[in-house]
Amino acid sequence: MAMQSQTNSVMLEIQNLQKFFPIQKGFLRRTVGNVRAVDDVSFVIREGETLGLVGESGCGKTTTARCILRAMQPTGGRILFHTAEGRVVDMAPLSRRELRPLRPQMQMIFQDPFGSLNPRMTLFDIVGEPLLVNGLTNRKQRTERVAEMLRLVGLRPEYMQRFPHAFSGGQRQRIGIARALALHPRLVVADEPVSALDVSVQAQVLNLLLELQDQLHLTYLFVAHNLSVVKHICDHVAVMYVGKLVETAKTEEIFNRPKHPYTAALMAAVPVSDPRVPIGDVELKGEVPSPANPPSGCYFHPRCPCAVDRCRVEMPCLREIAPEHFVSCHRAEEVSLAGICMD
Amino acid sequence: MATKAPPLKPELKPLLSVRDLKAYFPLDEGLVKAVDGVSFDVLPGQVLGIVGESGCGKSVAMKAVLQIIDPPGRIVHGEVWLAGRNGDGAGIDIAALKPNSNEMRKIRGAEIALIPQEPMASFSPVHTVGSQIIEAIRLHQPVDKSAARRMAVELFQAVGIPMPEQRIDSYSWQLSGGLRQRAIIAMGLSCNPRLLIADEPTTAVDVTTQAQILNLLRRLQKQRGMSIIFITHDLGVIAQMASYVVVMYLGRVMEQATVNDIFLAPKHPYTQALLRSIPNVKSTPHVKLPIISGSIPHPFNRPEGCPFHPRCEKVMPGICDRQIPGLLPVGENHFASCLLYADTVQKPDGNGQESRSQKRKP
Repeated sequence: MAMQSQTNSVMLEIQNLQKFFPIQKGFLRRTVGNVRAVDDVSFVIREGETLGLVGESGCGKTTTARCILRAMQPTGGRILFHTAEGRVVDMAPLSRRELRPLRPQMQMIFQDPFGSLNPRMTLFDIVGEPLLVNGLTNRKQRTERVAEMLRLVGLRPEYMQRFPHAFSGGQRQRIGIARALALHPRLVVADEPVSALDVSVQAQVLNLLLELQDQLHLTYLFVAHNLSVVKHICDHVAVMYVGKLVETAKTEEIFNRPKHPYTAALMAAVPVSDPRVPIGDVELKGEVPSPANPPSGCYFHPRCPCAVDRCRVEMPCLREIAPEHFVSCHRAEEVSLAGICMD
Repeated sequence: MATKAPPLKPELKPLLSVRDLKAYFPLDEGLVKAVDGVSFDVLPGQVLGIVGESGCGKSVAMKAVLQIIDPPGRIVHGEVWLAGRNGDGAGIDIAALKPNSNEMRKIRGAEIALIPQEPMASFSPVHTVGSQIIEAIRLHQPVDKSAARRMAVELFQAVGIPMPEQRIDSYSWQLSGGLRQRAIIAMGLSCNPRLLIADEPTTAVDVTTQAQILNLLRRLQKQRGMSIIFITHDLGVIAQMASYVVVMYLGRVMEQATVNDIFLAPKHPYTQALLRSIPNVKSTPHVKLPIISGSIPHPFNRPEGCPFHPRCEKVMPGICDRQIPGLLPVGENHFASCLLYADTVQKPDGNGQESRSQKRKP
């Protein structure tokens, strides 16, 4: 899959995406500042590929995903979606009504399989609802489609009249996947699809996602904080820090040759399940700053082991330092990250 | 049937010995056997890792050790021996003490301290963190308020909280996740316990903060020489923290061995399957992962026999679904509770008659 990346056409292009949440104070609810949850994020997802969006909590990865699906109205930027008909649509300014015909092409898989399924709806209602909303009113046809979807995700169609409480976490996540795929979407946004599952069940769902991608030629935007999972299923990885994209590259490239000190530190912080691997002594000092009150210059400079004066005043912009490898760091070329790197 | 106490390094007297501990929750819907016969030892200065998925009883087992199980749960069987302070004396069976007795209250916090999973829920939001730590210190040590405050500031310094004099007067909701976790560690250390139970101390924090907390715990363990029971579901964290590992599944110990044996030469099919099924940063991408079929059974319908047998790929029909395996030695300091390693397996229909029918090595 990774090899096709040059030839695959672009499915989604995000340009300078911004999402600010106003901070309101006082009786008149005056806006006194902004939480810059997503600030100037740009990336490209090609057809049939998986982009992993990683970062720590509060870095804006979920907000980015929601803006792309237009579950939120972005503050600025462009979301260029290449539709099945070959048109390029900027989804950012579209109204709800204008979005309706595009919605079936992009769907979401949620993190929490216990919160994302209505306990009072049967599987038939849950998986059939997107079909009903999009005009498949014939109950018999809908039953057939729901059965087909359930088989696709490895559930028995006989379960159709049961309620979600009868299923385990892994099975519920399969139901959520069936619902997302019911309309044959081209882009699937998976927001931490396995992090709420037990370790012994995670592999089942990851395998299913990989299988479905092959079978249905899906494009995934995979939001996760677990780097091992991201490395396993993503073709490209984008790393976010305090609302900013700090680095994006091919999975292999970013894991073997991270160029941003934050990426390197993030990877070094992941505990490896092998007792022979020596414990990394390099740790990041301090904490993630608040996106409402970010530091000056490069947002990462207070914690960065390689920071210089320039980092304190000037915000770096994302630039290409190798083919398909973008970094926003002033010192990406000069600094060796060997000490922080994984191997 | 009952799990035999495995003898661990006889030359070192264990600090805590748990023997066949059972804690059940009688509910209206049925009996939940949250902990069903757990035995392990904690040696002085050892970091013991307990790893298991949700619902495996690892947290309940630790609450049972401290006798703080929420009702209706209670300890129904088993012993928890805590060695005497100076290595002399026979120690005491704390499972036999009354949960609200004075002896038990002296042990909690002073001898065995707990770092709970959710630091936000563990601190009172209406008292400053300092006052809560000072309260713990004064409960167990005969010191006055100002001395206790000085000790609390020192503890804050020891766990790496910047500006300890100011932070001690803040409320838990004013601290960030990492600082809150450090504060709760400081509270756990406040009475110099011999055993620290860390119940998923890093699940609620981010990965870079997790690395900081793990380094801190390692450093404190070396400095103070205390024992730590480290509970987690993250095999990566266990590999980096523990020296001896207990693997639990559905309230029972599946395997226990040194960290190297668990990760490099696991014997129990559950441990083997679990290690294969997790992707790690070094595994080949995009390849299908070997999976464990099925999911964890609901606590009300636990399988008969070995709790793992419905999901086990090496299941022996007629044997694994009838007999509950005890912990069997499979190597030096290495125990697995799997009938594959039983020399003598009772025939399903034989009444007490033992035969050498199954001996397989994977």
